[in-house]
Amino acid sequence: MHLFLQQIFSGLAAGAIYASMALALVMIYRATDLVNFAQCDMAMFSTYIAWMLVNADVPYWAAFAITLVVSFIGGMLIERIVIRPVENAPVLAAVVVTIGLLLILNALAGWLFTYTLQEFPSPFPDRPLFGALMTTRDLGIIAVTLVMLGLLFVFFRFTTIGLAMRAAAQNPASARLCGIKVGRMLAIGWGLAAAIGATAGIMVAPILFLDPNMMGGVLLYAFTGALLGGITSPVGAVIGGLIVGVTENLVGTYLIASQLKLTVALILIIVVLVFRPNGLFGTAIVRRV
Amino acid sequence: MAPILQLKAVKAFYGQFEALHGIDVAVEDGGMTVLLGANGAGKTTTLRAVCGIVRSEGDIVFAGDTLRRRSTEQIAAMGVAHVPEGRGTFIGLTVEENLRLGAYSRAGKPHESMARMYGYFPILADRRRQQAGALSGGEQQMLAIARALMMAPRLLVLDEPSFGLAPRVVEAIFAIIDRIRREERVSVLLVEQNASLALELADHAYLIETGYVVASGSAKALADDPQIRRSYLGY
Repeated sequence: MHLFLQQIFSGLAAGAIYASMALALVMIYRATDLVNFAQCDMAMFSTYIAWMLVNADVPYWAAFAITLVVSFIGGMLIERIVIRPVENAPVLAAVVVTIGLLLILNALAGWLFTYTLQEFPSPFPDRPLFGALMTTRDLGIIAVTLVMLGLLFVFFRFTTIGLAMRAAAQNPASARLCGIKVGRMLAIGWGLAAAIGATAGIMVAPILFLDPNMMGGVLLYAFTGALLGGITSPVGAVIGGLIVGVTENLVGTYLIASQLKLTVALILIIVVLVFRPNGLFGTAIVRRV
Repeated sequence: MAPILQLKAVKAFYGQFEALHGIDVAVEDGGMTVLLGANGAGKTTTLRAVCGIVRSEGDIVFAGDTLRRRSTEQIAAMGVAHVPEGRGTFIGLTVEENLRLGAYSRAGKPHESMARMYGYFPILADRRRQQAGALSGGEQQMLAIARALMMAPRLLVLDEPSFGLAPRVVEAIFAIIDRIRREERVSVLLVEQNASLALELADHAYLIETGYVVASGSAKALADDPQIRRSYLGY
């Protein structure tokens, strides 16, 4: 029972990372109808920025904040420079562009920072908590994720610009008629997604160690979480990500060798697509004609 | 009175296809102009040209400023509120959020105008927390008009507000458009299939066929024209 609970808690910590990345994927998908395969490598690149800052003796939380700002701007620039030109192209073309971006970022990181594993500091010491049920680090990851989700919720729910972003994602033509600059909203969406990814990358780096391929597995889990929650639902993405984290940990502990854990994600994807293609929360919006 | 909106020899294009072949249309300040014509004649295209949704040539002047080379969102911010075909409601957002979006391009707090809209459309006040997609067709049309008025526009552009609605609902909506027009001092450019109802309320009318203006004049004159009566009014 103790092991079981331990695995649930460490699954929730991993799930918090997947949930963040899944949320970033869903935000882009809702705004641009596009799965951004480069999302996780953008996060990896952001993490290297934080790593450079920390190595330059910038205090941890200052490095964290600077990285978020830089990532936000970087995400906006990527939307402007790389995505905007293929806005009206067929979906497949846009998807190939994001895959290209993934490869470029990956190679660029390898060239700039080498493929050597790097240690990344954590502000949360790796101490056992509650009779070794979880570690301070797990709790820290979950807390940071919750704070981030809470801020995002307040932003989208209560600010005018958050409302305008939801409107632009839902009905761009109508949003323009309300005077909303839809292009700018999309760019802000990409910036936010990049900042969310940066948070996840910084949180996961002390565990996985930093290298250009750090986020490869995370992309698959995040994608599974997003699909499980219903690719159009932000709440679903978060819950889906947490479920994937816990499932992966439990299955890896009790059922199969942990080297095979990644298969869990693939099996989950297939199960979701066969039995519940809309995911858990991706229900259609009420519509009356 | 000077016109608030003037289209001068306006052509409009969908890709290479020319849908309007140089039309002249004017809306008097404080007036209500209706565009009549069969489906596919170019009425909706005319409205889209005004709001910068389709590519156009010729000049469009609004309140002394040209609208040429302006984006749709700039034109909206200048005071042109367009309720598009199919109403353009944000169905996944609540009624109140839809109204807040109407006030997006305008400085100041929207609460006062929102209260005024709830005064015109009490049903929207009852449903303010509901998803707009759960409203009936008539309620959605009311929401679309209210959202447009939240912009405090000088010109309200309405594309077939009667579309798909029961006759009684249509009459109620037109009655309220007439009232709003006077109380909010807003000019109206209207596209409408229900010609007899539209000619009763409007002061000026244009008949558009295959991308040309084929007749224009006071609404009364067009309503009395025997040929128009036969083709569009059915008596």
